Amino acid sequence: MSDHGIPEKVEALESILVEKGYVHPETLDAIVTTYDGDVGPRNGAHVVARSWVDPEYRERLRADATAAIAELGYGGRQGEHMVAVENTPDEHHLVVCTLCSCYPWPVLGLPPTWYKSPAYRSRAVLDPRGVLADFGVTLPEATRITVHDSTAEIRYLVVPMRPEGTEDLDEEALAALVTRDGMIGTALL
Amino acid sequence: MNGAADLGGMMGFGPVVPEPEDERFHAEWERRILALVLAMGAARRWSIDAGRFARESLPPPVYLNSSYYAIWTLGLERLLVATGLVGEAELAEGRAREAGADVRAWSPDDARAAFAAGSPYTRPAPGPARFAVGDTVRTRVLNPTGHTRLPRYARGKQGTVERVHGVHVLPDSNAHGHGERPEWLYSVRFSGRELWGEAADPTLTVDIDAWESYLAGPA
Repeated sequence: MSDHGIPEKVEALESILVEKGYVHPETLDAIVTTYDGDVGPRNGAHVVARSWVDPEYRERLRADATAAIAELGYGGRQGEHMVAVENTPDEHHLVVCTLCSCYPWPVLGLPPTWYKSPAYRSRAVLDPRGVLADFGVTLPEATRITVHDSTAEIRYLVVPMRPEGTEDLDEEALAALVTRDGMIGTALL
Repeated sequence: MNGAADLGGMMGFGPVVPEPEDERFHAEWERRILALVLAMGAARRWSIDAGRFARESLPPPVYLNSSYYAIWTLGLERLLVATGLVGEAELAEGRAREAGADVRAWSPDDARAAFAAGSPYTRPAPGPARFAVGDTVRTRVLNPTGHTRLPRYARGKQGTVERVHGVHVLPDSNAHGHGERPEWLYSVRFSGRELWGEAADPTLTVDIDAWESYLAGPA
């Protein structure tokens, strides 16, 4: 990987675009603040935990994920058209974008580097069990794997299986168990 | 186009390297290019599809040898030059030589409002959907020189309609300024064997989202 000269290009772009009046520096800072912390996978964890504790919410999430996610205050750019897919003992879901880096920003934040890497994008649709092994995950041989290649503006959120022995936990404690990778499908909880 | 971005099914890239959840950037310039690309939404000079085409049409050796934010950097340069917002000489010199075009830059609140609103891609139906859930379909064999969202690995393959998503802007047209030409959009499910042959994982199915013009009835 060679990003030789790229940091200098970015610096030049920023000064040109500011000089031309196309961008305000304080807006750039605000965007970084938004996506380097404010918006992240804790949003998605909230959605998942709610679906575990509230059967009616779960039904709404299945029927219209965009609206159900908006109920909790999440939506907007790169989450305009959401679909939630639930893992079960029989079926495991895995999300990829083989063509670029499509990812549900409002619920998961920005995609991790590996999600955008050729290694993941090339192999997720061909050898998902091999990809899962890179994450230390082994599924039962009989479990069906459904890979969702995000080729349009539909964004997929995986709802992991609720861990056993969590009957006594409330929504907040459950949300703390939900990982980003679990909501992409590269981890189990 | 059959560019380097269309990676599904390629081999030889090595293992996937997981990262912790709080590791979002690896250098300060990555934060800045993310912010620059998003902030240039204010200019309204290109669609998301045109942005993707600018990146995927980078020469394959460049695309494959660049990190993702480097690809964004090179893509933004192309878009700025193609739309006349920045001159090539300005990029080369690293400073503005002429006054900017008519762009109302976003304030922080404008940016936050734009991200919160998003940009829905659904449009009114031009007619009834041709396919329904459960229908058998076959993807067309297309090799356009322009933008498409039909990956190479899923061309000419038989699958089943899994979901009907409504009518969405067609990227193949919108990327090139030829209008939104909205079409019905479907999730189509393929068996691993249909895509990859007999050695495929028998438990694997792959869903893609495909516009109606990508699909034919069963062969």
